[in-house]
Amino acid sequence: MSDIVTVENMCLWYGEHQALKNITIKIPQKSITAFIGPSGCGKSTFLKSLNRMNDLIQGVKITGDVKYNGKNIYDPSVDVNELRREIGMVFQKPNPFPMSIYDNIAYGPRTHGIRNKAKLDEIVEQSLKDAAIWEEVKDRLKKNALGLSGGQQQRICIARALAVKPKVLLMDEPTSALDPISTSKIEELTVKLKEEYTIIIVTHNMQQAVRISDQTAFFLLGELVEYGNTETLFSTPKDQRTEDYITGRFG
Amino acid sequence: MRSRFDEQLAVLNREMIEMGALCEEIILKVLKALTEEDSQLLKGIPSLGAEIDRKERTIETLCLKLLLQQQPVARDLRQISAGLKMITDMERIGDQAEDIAEIIPFIENRPEAADALLHDMAKAAIHMVTESVDAFVDQNVELARKVIKEDDVVDHYFTLIKQTVIREIAKAPGDGECSVDLLMIAKYLERIGDHATNIAEWVVFSVTGIHKEA
Repeated sequence: MSDIVTVENMCLWYGEHQALKNITIKIPQKSITAFIGPSGCGKSTFLKSLNRMNDLIQGVKITGDVKYNGKNIYDPSVDVNELRREIGMVFQKPNPFPMSIYDNIAYGPRTHGIRNKAKLDEIVEQSLKDAAIWEEVKDRLKKNALGLSGGQQQRICIARALAVKPKVLLMDEPTSALDPISTSKIEELTVKLKEEYTIIIVTHNMQQAVRISDQTAFFLLGELVEYGNTETLFSTPKDQRTEDYITGRFG
Repeated sequence: MRSRFDEQLAVLNREMIEMGALCEEIILKVLKALTEEDSQLLKGIPSLGAEIDRKERTIETLCLKLLLQQQPVARDLRQISAGLKMITDMERIGDQAEDIAEIIPFIENRPEAADALLHDMAKAAIHMVTESVDAFVDQNVELARKVIKEDDVVDHYFTLIKQTVIREIAKAPGDGECSVDLLMIAKYLERIGDHATNIAEWVVFSVTGIHKEA
């Protein structure tokens, strides 16, 4: 399996504060990689740096290499909009736009210049199907997306991310605001999506990491402490800090 | 941080130690009955066996509860899953001790040559059980590995007893039944050694995460 995202010696500062220290990691394509660690360990910061969401924050400084398909994403020649089309993101709280379900999904493709109605219809349907929510909303595509339940809204957000045909999907605690049934739907969806996409997920739910991810990376105080096969990491962790964290001995 | 879980694990540990102690007790009683030819000693065996069975069920229930409630990972997961496997071996040790106890009344006229070997074999097997339980209690990988090696000694005794039994049958075919019973006891002791080995292997797994090193 080839690596789609490779990071070498990456450091990140928020002003004077160093939030990430010498991160080196290779993320294989078409798999699920989970980032775990206590609050403030840098995992979300790291996730956001993979599609340059941190560009929006003042005073951020990044050194080292962050490569997507072999190309440094912080190179001045990189088109950030195009990068974010390839590397999409789903956030902790479902954040559909205050518009119809249809327009939510069509928003991205329209931004990227698709105007043809039949083409948009096709993209909307396929994206909703891929996000496992088509059956629930196909008869009310014109209704406002904010009228849906939290779990449905989150799947709309996933569909919206899929509509621009990304290669990588970054998910920042996508189920932490959802009930168990919605959570399990998103988890099943995620596992299905890895056939086509590379998924990187930040989660505070360790059982979720165990259930769905292929690799797990444990972050602590801005360092990547341990990274490897999920089953191995959760049954025989190599680093004492990993052991202590996953067994709940500190935090 | 996780005091309740640690308390529950401590209870599990205590129950395992108690079950191990019951296994030692039952085979020591059987050995004594064998050595002293005192059939009175055999009376307590079935109730000890039943107690071991109850202990197995208690520990099983506790392990399942811990898996459900705590969703353990890493060392905790290994300890609990190893515990679940070990109690099966402990329960079998109890059963085999009972099996031996049932045969003892029928081997009163056993030949001396086999008798000495049988005592030594029983001692070696009991030693393995005691040490495997100790290894578990202390999470002592070195001791566990020693137990695994000792299985060869017990196996060797079995071969010696088998050869003796063959000679005895050739010498006095009329006493064949007693000889075969002796062989059965030897086989049960050999199995007890195997179960102690399994326990030791689970101790190694519990500590290192590696089961059965090649």
